[in-house]
Amino acid sequence: MKDAAKSNALHFGVLATLLVLFFVLPPYHAGNLSRIMVLAIYAMGFNLVFGYTGLLSLGHAMFFAAGMYGFGLTANLAGWPVVPAFATGIVCAAALAAVVAALALRTAGVSFMIVTLMFAQTAYLVVLYFGEYTRGDEGFVVQKAARMIGEIDLTTDTARFFAAYILFAICFLGLARVIQSRFGRTLVAIRENEERTRMLGYDAQRHKLYAMILSGAVSGVAGAAYAMLFGYVGATFASVQYSIFPLLWVLLGGAGTTIGPLIGVLFMFYLIDFSSSFTNAYMLIAGVALVLLTLFAPHGLAGLVRRKVFAWLP
Amino acid sequence: MLEVQGIHAAYGQVQALYGVSFTARPGEILCLLGRNGAGKTTTLKTIMGLLPLSEGSVSLEGEVLNLLSPHEVPKRGIGYIPQGRRLFPELSVAENIEIGLMTRGEGKDTRDWVLDLFPRLRERLGQAAGTLSGGEQQMLATARALCLRPKVLLLDEPTEGLQPSIIALIRDVVLKMKAEGIAIVLVEQRVETVMAIADQAVFIENGRNVDAMSAAELQADPGKLKAYLGV
Repeated sequence: MKDAAKSNALHFGVLATLLVLFFVLPPYHAGNLSRIMVLAIYAMGFNLVFGYTGLLSLGHAMFFAAGMYGFGLTANLAGWPVVPAFATGIVCAAALAAVVAALALRTAGVSFMIVTLMFAQTAYLVVLYFGEYTRGDEGFVVQKAARMIGEIDLTTDTARFFAAYILFAICFLGLARVIQSRFGRTLVAIRENEERTRMLGYDAQRHKLYAMILSGAVSGVAGAAYAMLFGYVGATFASVQYSIFPLLWVLLGGAGTTIGPLIGVLFMFYLIDFSSSFTNAYMLIAGVALVLLTLFAPHGLAGLVRRKVFAWLP
Repeated sequence: MLEVQGIHAAYGQVQALYGVSFTARPGEILCLLGRNGAGKTTTLKTIMGLLPLSEGSVSLEGEVLNLLSPHEVPKRGIGYIPQGRRLFPELSVAENIEIGLMTRGEGKDTRDWVLDLFPRLRERLGQAAGTLSGGEQQMLATARALCLRPKVLLLDEPTEGLQPSIIALIRDVVLKMKAEGIAIVLVEQRVETVMAIADQAVFIENGRNVDAMSAAELQADPGKLKAYLGV
């Protein structure tokens, strides 16, 4: 079997497994799948710039929050239906990513990290400043009426799962396709050696800009989906913590792999879920697990599998 | 024809080139010679737009290149193989070649052409470039640059650190490129290579042209060449 066929088999296998799990797992765990898939979309968006392009952004929470508030404010305050409100969330995130990237990409390395972090902090403060609309730290609940697509009630477990599943599948397969495309291969070349890529005739700056916009848009999908499916919008999602999470998920799962983000979110979600059930110091356990993984699997879980077993892993 | 006229360039405040000039003609091999630190690599980087020109000009077939963005220069038909190869180590051999092909939209014909030049690469298509031997990496770097179907090829010490059989192979490929009418600018430290393949030699010291010799003059006075190279 050719590598492309193996990759396709893997991707469809992952999607099939998620579907089966929803029907066979106990309700609690089946319910968790929706949240895991939405967070995995966020991690996949981050992975595009970090894992494939080699840009370490510390401000992706602003794109997640832009999607979330773009959806939540238009749905709640303006009373827009789900689909246009959702699209607004994505457009807000992509537009913000375009502006931030146009400025931040004038820098590189540590400076890029700091500039993106500062932009994200500004976005967080903007959310707090306009508390009259955003309700600041307290946040707001998205009304049930704004979580209906026709007769489909997205507050039910089954509808929520399938909405998350469809969005996840679109982003998962879409990004896998992007990564295999000429554009995606060029991003990897930039990650490997930017100067050399320029010397082969590629406009590295433009490619990085497009990668940031696409990454911002995918993060916006995750943010809007989170608000739509779980009915809550809050400033916490714009905080620095939510910029660090996708980095941890991607590092754990395997940067620059298509399945790494999902694995990372799944691992981290259940590590915290499991450890918090018997101790308050669950973050300490998560920290120790991270250190061990960094020591023994520095390329993440999927990265380890790629190096040791399946070199074709996309 | 690549014309380099009186180029001045600097690394920040440190001036590195003071008016280097030469002309590389189609189907000829021009060797750029000098001791370490003379400015040979800097000259190639300046041609590629990696260093800004403060004076002078670089033009290809009459088109001024130094006004273009660096990524536009290869699209005009200049292939550059830097010292140290600079491959994409995590990408496979096939993907490295593909990246080269995509620049100018070259297709299967060009792919087959470069793989015929380096048959060993055909056996390694699925292998990560970073795991190739030094000689194979040089072959891949050369193959990738040729994927541009260049009019001019800039090679920075392509035989450095390679075993004799690979050096001979690289030399053969350079001669084939010459036969195809490509203008070649070669930075080289091996006296025997220069003597064997150069059509003209330009000597640089401290960022300045200090001498130039034709192939006949090189053959007539090899001692001069050795003196300039410090061997």
